[in-house]
Amino acid sequence: MSCGPWRDSACLAQIQEIEGITPSSNEKAGTVTTAEPTIEKETRSEDELDLPWQVVVHNDPVNLMSYVTMVFQRVFGYPREKAERHMLEVHHNGRSILWNGLREPAELYVQQLHGYLLLATIEKAA
Amino acid sequence: MDICRRKGVIEISDLDPFLAELLRQIPASANPDGVLAAEQRIFTSPTNGQETELCAEWKTYVEPELRRLFQSATETVTGDLEQLNGNEKSFANRRLRIPAKHSDAWLSALNQARLVIAAKNRFTENELNDHFRSPIGSRRDLSLFQVNFYGFLQEFILRELES
Repeated sequence: MSCGPWRDSACLAQIQEIEGITPSSNEKAGTVTTAEPTIEKETRSEDELDLPWQVVVHNDPVNLMSYVTMVFQRVFGYPREKAERHMLEVHHNGRSILWNGLREPAELYVQQLHGYLLLATIEKAA
Repeated sequence: MDICRRKGVIEISDLDPFLAELLRQIPASANPDGVLAAEQRIFTSPTNGQETELCAEWKTYVEPELRRLFQSATETVTGDLEQLNGNEKSFANRRLRIPAKHSDAWLSALNQARLVIAAKNRFTENELNDHFRSPIGSRRDLSLFQVNFYGFLQEFILRELES
């Protein structure tokens, strides 16, 4: 079967297969071919699907209340009133959830809190 | 004892030899000395018992960093405390100048020391909150006084940081 003067794309592919013409050599020959589109899949990490994690601070009779407030302000950037609210929650209820979100930043927050010697844990939300 | 802030320096003056000695003991007191309860309080678990994999990684990667951080703070404090090792008469009152930029190191070292002392002595919450405890009569009383004295210094430094 001949392709005739009007070569459709199936026919062109057949010719390329026979002649071993690659797309680049084809470009040199003056014809235009378009590359196949790359379809990027949107992926989500396990952590993103595994929400939420909580940063919990537990009561400690040794750490000073003013010190704990300062640490909450520094680590989470909370205003003083919010930091104090959390500090009092820790003091009265034994624990307070300071932050919710992805696991990796939660771990970093806990590491910072341990650097200030607070009792802090990362927990998966119930 | 007087404590005030002057030109970027926290100055503790008229420091009697007893309190000066307590200050000298900060670095040593901050060391858990292999006492399990103290070690466990300084390097606490990042989880509530679950997530064993995270706990193992924490021990390998995070704990050494925390250890360096705490050691660096106590080294800074040790350096500042050298001012108390002069040739003055042993019963003379002393003066200690803490550069304001060392405030964080002092807060950390004082906190380490308070936590370690409290863990080693297993102080209860009631004991820690009893600010009207009778005068020092035992090693345990002295340790409790030490925790409270270090807490007082922490409060002062925190107030200075806020202002």
